Amino acid sequence: MNTVAGYNFAYLDEQTKRMIRRALLKAVAIPGYQVPFGSREMPLPYGWGTGGIQVTASILGRSDVLKVIDQGSDDTTNAVNIRRFFAQTAGVATTDSTGEASIIQTRHRIPEKPLGEHQIMVYQVPLPEPLGRLEPREAVTRKLHALADYGLMHVKLYEDIARYGHIASTYDYPVLVNGRYLMAPSPIPKFDNPKLHMNPALQLFGAGREKRVYAIPPYTRVESLDFEDHPFSVQRWDEPCALCGTADSFLDEVVLDDAGGRMFVCSDSDYCKTRQGAGHTGSQSPIPAEAT
Amino acid sequence: MNTLINVRGLAKTFVLHHRDEARIPVLENVSLDVAAGECVALAGPSGAGKSTLLRCLYGNYLASAGSIRIRHEGRWVDLARATPRDILAVRRKSLGYVSQFLRVIPRVSTLDVVAEPLRELGTDAAAARERAAELLDRLHLPQRLWSLPPATFSGGEQQRVNIARGLIAEKPVLLLDEPTASLDVANAGRVAQLVDEARQRGAAVVGIFHDPAIRDRLATRLFAVEAQLLELAA
Amino acid sequence: MNPLLRVEGLSKRFGEHIGCADVGFDLYPGEVLAVVGESGSGKSTLLKLLSTRLAADAGHVRYQITGRGLVDLAELSEAERRWLLRTDWGFVEQNPRDGLRMNVSAGANVGERLMATGARHYGQIRATASDWLARVELDPARLDELPTGFSGGMQQRLQIARNLVTRPRLVFMDEPTAGLDVSVQARLLDLMRELVTDLGLAAVIVTHDLAVARLLGHRLLVMRRGRVVETGLTDQVLDDPQHPYTQLLVSSVLQV
Repeated sequence: MNTVAGYNFAYLDEQTKRMIRRALLKAVAIPGYQVPFGSREMPLPYGWGTGGIQVTASILGRSDVLKVIDQGSDDTTNAVNIRRFFAQTAGVATTDSTGEASIIQTRHRIPEKPLGEHQIMVYQVPLPEPLGRLEPREAVTRKLHALADYGLMHVKLYEDIARYGHIASTYDYPVLVNGRYLMAPSPIPKFDNPKLHMNPALQLFGAGREKRVYAIPPYTRVESLDFEDHPFSVQRWDEPCALCGTADSFLDEVVLDDAGGRMFVCSDSDYCKTRQGAGHTGSQSPIPAEAT
Repeated sequence: MNTLINVRGLAKTFVLHHRDEARIPVLENVSLDVAAGECVALAGPSGAGKSTLLRCLYGNYLASAGSIRIRHEGRWVDLARATPRDILAVRRKSLGYVSQFLRVIPRVSTLDVVAEPLRELGTDAAAARERAAELLDRLHLPQRLWSLPPATFSGGEQQRVNIARGLIAEKPVLLLDEPTASLDVANAGRVAQLVDEARQRGAAVVGIFHDPAIRDRLATRLFAVEAQLLELAA
Repeated sequence: MNPLLRVEGLSKRFGEHIGCADVGFDLYPGEVLAVVGESGSGKSTLLKLLSTRLAADAGHVRYQITGRGLVDLAELSEAERRWLLRTDWGFVEQNPRDGLRMNVSAGANVGERLMATGARHYGQIRATASDWLARVELDPARLDELPTGFSGGMQQRLQIARNLVTRPRLVFMDEPTAGLDVSVQARLLDLMRELVTDLGLAAVIVTHDLAVARLLGHRLLVMRRGRVVETGLTDQVLDDPQHPYTQLLVSSVLQV
């Protein structure tokens, strides 16, 4: 795609990108620690991924191949717009394929296909402070982080179990990074939490409105908080994907009609498509053309 | 002679700062020794300073001059100079005081009120309660009252609870302020019997006994408090 | 025996106003010190200085840390101070809403210190919290209720349980009965008396109520205008007060 004239490479000016890269270097040096940065106004509203976009803009090179997903899908409005934004302002190649991408910007999911050392994940983060809901004063939460005083987070988990019989958080499930900093993994389902752990890819997190970036360097320990007698566990489904038949991917519920018909399909559209292309089928797979 | 109380030159003057600095001298140059097995009755008209002397001996009133030495764990402790912590230690182990009135602790049962001094010395709860029950039984306090806090008891009942509490730990020095004031003859006799037993086992007892019959029965010696002041005047 | 807390020359000014001037005392394990005085006498300031919530202008607060001896609290790192505050110490606020988390259950309130010190077994935390509710005479069946539904006296007992669950050696209490009905005060006082005795707690209790001081305090510190005007054995100070101010204080009360 042709780039639009009159804009800097990847929209942001070089000084801003440098500033963000310095913040990112610090974030990588202190895994899980929230580094403040001078978040810029972006040509889209807060909550649409302004933090992720600025991180992507700062690390994007001309030879990168960019993939953008929203809730696992490459085709939703947010994903399409951000992908087109960088195609136009930076002229970089884009892809839907997890394997071909060098940078993957995401909202709410980690791809099912395992990532490699050559890849960088960029997460869009609405609320970077995991303690924020329990302790609204930032001066206090910063102190709690400084002193690794995280009893409060367990109070929240305790309260969940007392109230619901299990830890009710199913997304943005708090993790401890490298045995030190408590971190909000952004609103990914807790199903994806195990993928944060010892991941070969560099994982960067950007919160535009809250003006924070943080990072998980490759091969870093990431533990989901839990209790000994209520260990962390991920969601499971009773049925496999209706399109590709996989039993180990995160499934979305799709309503088919107004008579209660529904099916469960992979949230990761690229993963599902790739499997279907390889001949895997599910209960709702279209009947192959040659069979008709 | 095994002296347990040794008072020398004790003076007590109350200064009332809000009554034009009025000075009320009550005790002047009191010296007193009491040995184990003695029961000294303080004698003198009301206002002579008997109660003041007794309270000084307990460390409840601060001496203005002189020394008040009490034998505690084989050494002398001067209550006129000791730290609060030391005074509390002396009271816990060596120095008992039976006041006229029971300071009631809300919600604590009579049995536990009586057992408390033994518990403070490390006796386990069951043994302390058992000993408390024996004493209350000897003092004819009706058993149905034992589990109740003594707040609502009659004066005579409260006084017996107070005496049982004062005697249970068998402290070597006992101070008694009118221990039989609210009691009938029979109950006063039972109290006297217990006090006498305490003396015979070697306690040094100092008391104020209003009732001459009780005083004559218990006292091995009289100590005239007003005489001290008269001597001074003379 | 070594003192648990050694306070020397503790002073704090707020501009022209003297918060605390040259306060010193030793507190031994199991000893309860009652600090009395009227509003503005500096007793609450003293409590804040002792508990390191406020930094002193001059003087020292030293605390006996297991294995380290008497340590000047000003020399501790903030992490060490916080550790002390949530394990070895307790702080009971006058207003229970300041000392409790009102938006989480009674069980979570009691369990917080356990979790902060590494407890990670839900069932055990819950069982301990339940035991402590019973111990402060709250119905363990209300373990999962929010403290907002509790009466003032119940909230205060919950706050005490929350503080004592880690078996601290030293507890600071700021007017713990002041906000309660008289009928509820007696119950709380008696409970505090039992707990202090059973657990061998050392405590510094700030109160303007001489009856509270009489019932709980082994020793008394009378403060006026930031200074200690009289100190001694509780019953001696109350029955035979020496300083003009203490005499006024004692004679102003109906009966203690």
